[in-house]
Amino acid sequence: MPLRAKVASSVSRTAAALSRAAGRGDGSVIGGWIGLKIDPDLLAHLAAGRAIALISGTNGKTTTTRLAAAAVGVLGKVATNSFGANMPTGHTSALAKAGSTPYAVLEVDEHYLAQVLEATEPHVVALLNLSRDQLDRAKEVAMMAQLWRAALVRHQDVRVVANADDPMVVWAATPPPNHDHRINPPQVTWFSAGQRWHEDSWVCPECGSTIQRSGEQWWCTGCPLRRPDPQWTVEDDGVLDPTGAWHKVSLQLPGKVNVGNAATALAVAAEFGVRPVDAVSRLSSVTSVAGRYAQVEKDGRLVRLLLAKNPASWLEAFDMADLAPTLLSINARDPDGLDTSWLFDVDFAPLRGRQVLITGDRAYDLAVRLDVNDVPFQHVRSFNEAIRAVPPGRLEVIANYTAFQDIRAELDRVN
Amino acid sequence: MSTESLRIVWVYPDLLSTYGDRGNALILARRARQRGLPVEVLEVRSDQRLPATADIYLVGGGEDGPQALGAQRLIADGSLHRAVAQGSVVFGVCAGYQLLGNSFFAKGTKCAGLELLDITSDRGETRAVGELTGDIDARLGLPPLSGFENHGGRTHLGPSVSPLARVTAGVGNDGASEGAWRGKLLGTYSHGPALARNPALADLLLRWATGIHQLPPLDDTWPDRLRSERRAAVAAARA
Repeated sequence: MPLRAKVASSVSRTAAALSRAAGRGDGSVIGGWIGLKIDPDLLAHLAAGRAIALISGTNGKTTTTRLAAAAVGVLGKVATNSFGANMPTGHTSALAKAGSTPYAVLEVDEHYLAQVLEATEPHVVALLNLSRDQLDRAKEVAMMAQLWRAALVRHQDVRVVANADDPMVVWAATPPPNHDHRINPPQVTWFSAGQRWHEDSWVCPECGSTIQRSGEQWWCTGCPLRRPDPQWTVEDDGVLDPTGAWHKVSLQLPGKVNVGNAATALAVAAEFGVRPVDAVSRLSSVTSVAGRYAQVEKDGRLVRLLLAKNPASWLEAFDMADLAPTLLSINARDPDGLDTSWLFDVDFAPLRGRQVLITGDRAYDLAVRLDVNDVPFQHVRSFNEAIRAVPPGRLEVIANYTAFQDIRAELDRVN
Repeated sequence: MSTESLRIVWVYPDLLSTYGDRGNALILARRARQRGLPVEVLEVRSDQRLPATADIYLVGGGEDGPQALGAQRLIADGSLHRAVAQGSVVFGVCAGYQLLGNSFFAKGTKCAGLELLDITSDRGETRAVGELTGDIDARLGLPPLSGFENHGGRTHLGPSVSPLARVTAGVGNDGASEGAWRGKLLGTYSHGPALARNPALADLLLRWATGIHQLPPLDDTWPDRLRSERRAAVAAARA
């Protein structure tokens, strides 16, 4: 590592430690920010010599990163940005903090995938899904798929692990018909993890025709784009690998969506030569991810925290939640996106029959939505009021980003 | 009404449904049913023919590509024009508002609109993103508009349409006026589920569609609280 990079890396670690000691955060962003000021190429320098996996997509990337890091851990020490700090500053901090490791598994914000591909020259990139998320400032879905596609064509040596169930991802992972045929496009391993959300992929990104669906299959009615045959699939509570062997997945994380994330993690690890049979037991060591799925006892209530940031992830959260009293909390601060329109893209009907409480800065937006959805609810002013309003036993909490952090803070930053 | 039940068509949800546009169909249907009116909601995708005899047509928001494609298919289909000629109600939101006009810009190209509203849209220098409020044309007898806008267009009104509202916060058409209406056609930049925050506007569309001048009042506790909370937030942002 060049001297400048060494200094930058050391200062970065110190700043992160100071930030944690001062109680200002977990240090996962500030350290990288300072390091990159001293050496703009620090991320590339820190990445050099490591075999790296990048994990990106709208939903599930934090959890899949944690699972993939556990799976790759079969081979040796793995650096990872496990606090969900998923932009280049976060990657820089994570690699600097980990010191020298043979492997790294990094969660990447979908907007930064091209940049991080360039800086880290990864061995494998996993593409999970693309759906609408914070459209008041984020890129629209088709535009994001286009950026991914353009970035991947430039990196023919990278191996791609991609979701066969999401037409936008399949399109992004497939080189454009007019690509330079002297260059071999990246090799793709397809996985199928199921997809509940279809609203962003009715129109073919290649030709504009309608996309038809039947069961798990989908195909464009106007061009050859269709669901590729996946090599990795979810079957019951396990994963079918490319050899046809089935591996039971025992997770401490709820929901079918996490079995899908486990399948993805095993597929990523396999690209490093990890056999699923060796990795699968390590997945059950993952209990909660930056507070997500954490269970906390409070005043006789067993509180479980579920993060849901956008329509697709709300559908998954309903699937994970037990039939128990449920608190929904919605904010619309900067990290959440300022627009609450997406509430009408979510069908809250699965909550009928449960005791539903609502809170958060934008509880009234949620109230209007639930009212139209014929879901009875009770408005509470605080998390503590919600605790008092439900009987002892399970309380499910589903919240969007800053609302989730607020509640996590009330529970002493549970991890 | 054309038949026994109120027929609401959600036009091209596969193209024109960027963010919560479904809300407007859900809200209209619920408010009609609460008055005892039977309702039928039809979701008509862009590869299907649009019925020409529905009572209310909802045209939602969309990205540039789908907006241009939606306009092309609606012009080719022709049913929306026939429906308007027969007195149907049309409610256009954001991209759906623009495409009801004479022309609009998508992906840097000028596209022909449906020419149902005398408006033309071009590109503004900045994107308008944030709360949008305005005092609605007094002839419509509605409380102030409350919404959220997210668009790059600027819209210019011709002589045969009236602005829906005078802007009090946000940009709307051009920073001064917002939306447009003529007869039973109404368009707004208040995007997505615009009727969630404007139940009186929802009832106006229902009155136009049914010809019932006095609709029984509903319990609007939650929309009213939402409206005052948003009003306070806009005032606080200004202070």
